[in-house]
Amino acid sequence: MEKAIKRYMPIFVLPTFFAFILGFIIPFIMGIWLSFCNFTTVTDAKFVGISNYIEAFKDTVFRHSFWYTALFAVVSLVVINVFAFALALALTQKMRGTNIFRTIFFMPNLIGGIVLGYIWQLIFNGILAQYHTALGLNEWYGFWGMIILVSWQQIGYMMIIYIAGLQSIPGDVMEAAQIDGASGIQRLFRVTIPMMMPSITICMFLSITNGFKLFDQNLSLTAGEPSKMSEMMALNIFNTFYGRTGWEGVGQAKAVIFFVIVVAIGLIQLRATRSKEVQQ
Amino acid sequence: MKRKVLSAVLAATMIAGLLAGCGGSSDSDKKSTEDAKGKVYYLNFKPEADEYWQELAETYTEETGVPVTVLTAASGEYEKTLKSEMAKTDAPTLFQVNGPVGLESWKDYCYDLSGTEIAEELTDESFALKDGDKTAGIAYVVENYGIIYNKALLEKAGYSADDITDFESFKKVVEDITARKDELGFSAFTSAGMDGSSDWRFKTHLANLPIYYEYKDEGIDNTDAIKGTYLDNYRQVWDLYINNATCEPTEISTKTADDATADFVTEEAVFYQNGTWEYNNIADVGDENLGILPIYIGVDGEENQGVCTGTENYWCVNAKASEDDIQATLDFMNWCVTSDEGVEAMCKDMGFVIPFPKNMESENTLVNEANKYMEDGKTPVTWVFSTMPSEEWKNGVGSALTAYAADQTDENWDAVVKAFVDGWATEAAAAK
Repeated sequence: MEKAIKRYMPIFVLPTFFAFILGFIIPFIMGIWLSFCNFTTVTDAKFVGISNYIEAFKDTVFRHSFWYTALFAVVSLVVINVFAFALALALTQKMRGTNIFRTIFFMPNLIGGIVLGYIWQLIFNGILAQYHTALGLNEWYGFWGMIILVSWQQIGYMMIIYIAGLQSIPGDVMEAAQIDGASGIQRLFRVTIPMMMPSITICMFLSITNGFKLFDQNLSLTAGEPSKMSEMMALNIFNTFYGRTGWEGVGQAKAVIFFVIVVAIGLIQLRATRSKEVQQ
Repeated sequence: MKRKVLSAVLAATMIAGLLAGCGGSSDSDKKSTEDAKGKVYYLNFKPEADEYWQELAETYTEETGVPVTVLTAASGEYEKTLKSEMAKTDAPTLFQVNGPVGLESWKDYCYDLSGTEIAEELTDESFALKDGDKTAGIAYVVENYGIIYNKALLEKAGYSADDITDFESFKKVVEDITARKDELGFSAFTSAGMDGSSDWRFKTHLANLPIYYEYKDEGIDNTDAIKGTYLDNYRQVWDLYINNATCEPTEISTKTADDATADFVTEEAVFYQNGTWEYNNIADVGDENLGILPIYIGVDGEENQGVCTGTENYWCVNAKASEDDIQATLDFMNWCVTSDEGVEAMCKDMGFVIPFPKNMESENTLVNEANKYMEDGKTPVTWVFSTMPSEEWKNGVGSALTAYAADQTDENWDAVVKAFVDGWATEAAAAK
């Protein structure tokens, strides 16, 4: 069996490998190169050194979008994971209909971000109109709007991961804890959560990176209104690229900075939660 | 077992991917065999005309054998599509820029059209877009915008277009309609939507007027630093639009272009600031009920002002295309504006007024209504909004206008002025 897999490995690996190179590695390298260039179309670029990076760091809107995005990522991380974990706990109890509930909670995740953004925009604006205001008039309406939207969309997904984690906790450990007289709360914090660390690592990683690279929902829900105050980093990059003549390179430079930030935060988070994982 | 099913599914997807790949390549093979004569690839800017361009392209291919591809990118997506299409081997040979600012990013790609047949055909030099001595673009459609109104409703309110000759008289009519809104059953203005589908009507088209008058005073046609002399007038008009509309001023950030069109077509409102291109969408009101008024902003001597007439549609030929393709494209452009089929498609089907001798009388009521101002000797307002420094500038002004509408204080208006004047200077400096 193992030999067969080895023999046929190229057949399985090569198509994806080429796709990965074409769709990921090449654009990535080109992207880094272009961040040092002045260009209109990506195949016709002129090297200009680091001036794009200087412009990018000088941009106050970009700095604002960084803090706004960071705050968003943290708040969404907490909200999503707390709710997803609670739901997972509830839906692994022995009761009727858990499968139906799991399906229902998972469903929002199947709808695309742009569509969700527009639909939630109608809902929020419908409510805010009662108070003679609108989503686009206050950056914090947009912020909480996006938190609600993203939570609604992602809680179900994270919940599924947590359920899988919960189900993999061996029954005898729990039983032993119970016999030793641990209370429900003690069992949750001393047994369940430490045993769940691998799932928590994954879920936190996914939700923090999702928070940072949020684009569709931001574009369709607030489009950065009012005056770019609710513009997150990904949208800011996009708008820089297309908003002004000759600023494509600056947008590209911002994209590289953005990449570095997201990778750094992702790695720090992975390391921090990994260290808490226990051997079963 | 499960694993086998999974691998079967994966294998199937892989094969499907491979097949799709093959399909794609055979497609491009077909294209390259016809390369010999040159070909035309037009990236169209006007979604409402897409259908007719496709037909026209087919007719041309039947007549001459030159393949013509037309791809349409809806207005907001145009720059994005153009940027990615231009990077391809089969780049568009014919594309559009919107004026001097748009030209700035594409000038290296613009073939010099001076001396070509189509450039000679233009009825007026001013319809050529110049980059120094080079003719970089050729306008192919002339459009008008102003305040479209419903004649029947205006009459019902007890007025006619003759009562409106300047800002003061217009304001009187509008405010009277608002005062009697419940009795009449309609409002003065359609919603001044600041949603992305509609905000260009105000941040770009309405903003054209204060800029136009400032340029006129200064005797210039472009600037790096706008003074904002007429911004108080801009505020007057904006106040009028938002406070006499079908919706509350706080709601405009959520209103779309469709909402405004619906207000107008369902006779909820008399006035609708938009242009001649909107004709097909509002024709349901009936030709006899449609009229267009100039946008008065309260400037001395504006009784003689006409509607805003100009173009933001310039054809450019891709200088980086092959010789054959450039020639084929030039021939195609020329055919469009000189042959009977071409002119008929452009004037009748697409409803364009073209700046070429063969232009036909339009069936678009709004165009004919707008032309009356010209015939009466009124001075048309030229489209200077193509000199606005960037999209960023427009967005800045648009956001400030929305915020002001929600809370109409002087401080908020100062933010509009800041976005307008300071924003202009910043953006003009930022454009490289």
